[in-house]
Amino acid sequence: MAENNRAVIKLREKFASSILEVKEFRGEVTVIVRKEDIVALCKFLKEELRYNLLTDVTAVDYLGKDPRFMVVYNIYSIPNKDRLRIKAPVTEGECTIDTVCGVWTTANWLEREAYDLMGIIFKNHPDLRRIMMTDDWVGHPLRKDYPLQGPDREPYKGRLS
Amino acid sequence: MASTEIMTINMGPQHPSTHGVLRLIVELDGEIIQKVTPHIGYLHRGIEKLSEHRTYHQTIPLTDRLDYLAPMSNNLGYVLAVEKLLGIDVPERAQVIRVIMAELTRLKSHLVWIACHALDIGAMTVFLYAFRERENIMDIYEMVSGARMTSNFFRVGGLSKDIPEGFTAAVREVLDTFPGHFDTYEGLLTKNTIWLQRTIGNGVISAEDAIDYGITGPALRGSGVDWDLRRDNPYSGYEKYDFKVPVGENCDTFDRYKVRLVEMRESVKIIRQALDSLKPGPVLADEPQICYPPKENVYNSIEGLIHHFKIASEGFSTPEGEVYQSVEAPKGELGYYLVSDGSTKPYRMRIRPPSFVNLQAIEKMAKGAMIADLVAVIGTLDIVLGEIDR
Repeated sequence: MAENNRAVIKLREKFASSILEVKEFRGEVTVIVRKEDIVALCKFLKEELRYNLLTDVTAVDYLGKDPRFMVVYNIYSIPNKDRLRIKAPVTEGECTIDTVCGVWTTANWLEREAYDLMGIIFKNHPDLRRIMMTDDWVGHPLRKDYPLQGPDREPYKGRLS
Repeated sequence: MASTEIMTINMGPQHPSTHGVLRLIVELDGEIIQKVTPHIGYLHRGIEKLSEHRTYHQTIPLTDRLDYLAPMSNNLGYVLAVEKLLGIDVPERAQVIRVIMAELTRLKSHLVWIACHALDIGAMTVFLYAFRERENIMDIYEMVSGARMTSNFFRVGGLSKDIPEGFTAAVREVLDTFPGHFDTYEGLLTKNTIWLQRTIGNGVISAEDAIDYGITGPALRGSGVDWDLRRDNPYSGYEKYDFKVPVGENCDTFDRYKVRLVEMRESVKIIRQALDSLKPGPVLADEPQICYPPKENVYNSIEGLIHHFKIASEGFSTPEGEVYQSVEAPKGELGYYLVSDGSTKPYRMRIRPPSFVNLQAIEKMAKGAMIADLVAVIGTLDIVLGEIDR
C-alpha cells in the first residue's frame, strides 16, 4: 500500500539512497530517511510535490536504542489534501540535524521547541534559543532519562500517615 | 536635525492584552514597530511528559486544560487519536453529540475571542455581551458534563455518558437567540468607524506567507486560503453536514474578524442539523477491554465494579505504532501525535498546538505597524497561552 503512495514513488526515484524504510499504519505513510539529506528532501517535497504546510516538527527519544532519537516531520499538502510523515534518526553521540527553516518558516519555533525539550541541535538554525525553559536551564525535560518531577526532587511516595 | 534612537520596551507578561503570560520585547522607532521578539512561558504544566506516565484514559482531563476556552475540542482531538491507534469505531449517536459539543465549543471560544479582541481595541460593550452569551453555553456544558470549564466529557470509544433529558430543547433555545446576538455584535462593530480604522489594513499577512508560517484555522482563512479540516479531512461524520467555509480577501484583521463571525453562524447551522439527525442508540463502543462499563453496572454489581476498577487502574494496551490525528479546533489545526510501544501508556504524546504556531507570525504581522496595532494583532490571532506553553 505505502509503496503505491505518490510521494513515496517520487521520493524513491529521486532519493533512492536516502530512504531507509517506508511504513504504513492506520492509513498513514511514514518515510524514514537519512538525516544528511533532510533539507534537499524537504525542499523537493515542498516544491515538487506541493507539501506546502509543515504541520509539526518533533522528536521521540528511544532511550536504550541506537540511534536514540527520531526527528519527526508531519507535513501536509493543502492543494492535494494529503498528509505524510518523514522521520530521520539522530544518534546520541552526534545529536544534530540540519534545520529546515529555509524550506518552511514554521520550523523556526518548532525546532526551537524540539531543541529545548529534547536537546536536538538543528544546524544552521537562525535563532536556536530555548523557548519553553529559561536560558540557563540544565537538561532537556522531554528526554526519557529526565526525572518526571524535575531534577533534585525525590519522587512522591504517597501519604505517610 | 534630531537623531532617532530605537527604544526597547517590554509588553507583558502581565498585560491584560497579552492574553496570559506572553511577554513581547518591542523595538520602537517613535511609535513604529521595528521588531517584536515574543517570549512565551513559563507556565508549563508539562502535559506531554505527564501523559507518558499515565494511562490513555487518565490523560483526557489533562487535555481539557490546554486550550481552556475550548476544552471539548481538545478532548475530541485526543480521543480521535487514541481511537485511530486502536482502530475502533464510535457509535453514530456519540459522533453526533461530539459534533454538537465541538461546535458549541467553537461558539464559546469565538465569543471570548470577540469579547477580548473588542476590549483590546477599546469596545467594552461587546465584551460584556459576549461573556453574557457564553454563560448560556457554559450552562449546557454543565448540563452534560457537570463542569463548566474542564468538561472531561469525551471518552475513548464514545462519551462518558448520554446527554440528559431536556438537552436538545435547551440547546435549541440557546441557538434561537444567537443570530440576534451576532447581529448585535456586527451592529456595534462592523459599522463602527473606530473599529474599521483599527482593523482594516492592520496585521496583513499574505496567503503565501500565512502558509509558510504554518498559520491554520480562521487566521489562515482570513488570508484567503480555503482550507478547513472539517470539510477537507472530515472526522466524526462532518461530511454529512452542510456548512460554508468563509474566506477573507484582504488578509487583514478585519477579514479575520468577519471570517470568525461567519464561522459562528455556520456553527449554529451545523448544530441544528446535528440535533435533527440525533437518533437513540449507544454512546460508547462495544469494546469491554477499552471502554468503561455503564455506571449502573458499576454501582449495582461486583463484576461491573471490578471491570471499572481494572480499566481505571490498569488501562488498556494499544497496538505498536504511531498516528497523527488533527481536528479543526477554534484556533486552527489541533493535532495529536501518539507513539505507542504496545503498553498501556503512550510512549510519546506530542500536541501540535495551533496558538503556538500562529503566534510565531506576530513578528511578521506587526513589523512596521504602530504600537497600538500590536494589541490588535495579538487579539486577531486569538491565542491562548495555556496551549502555547503546555
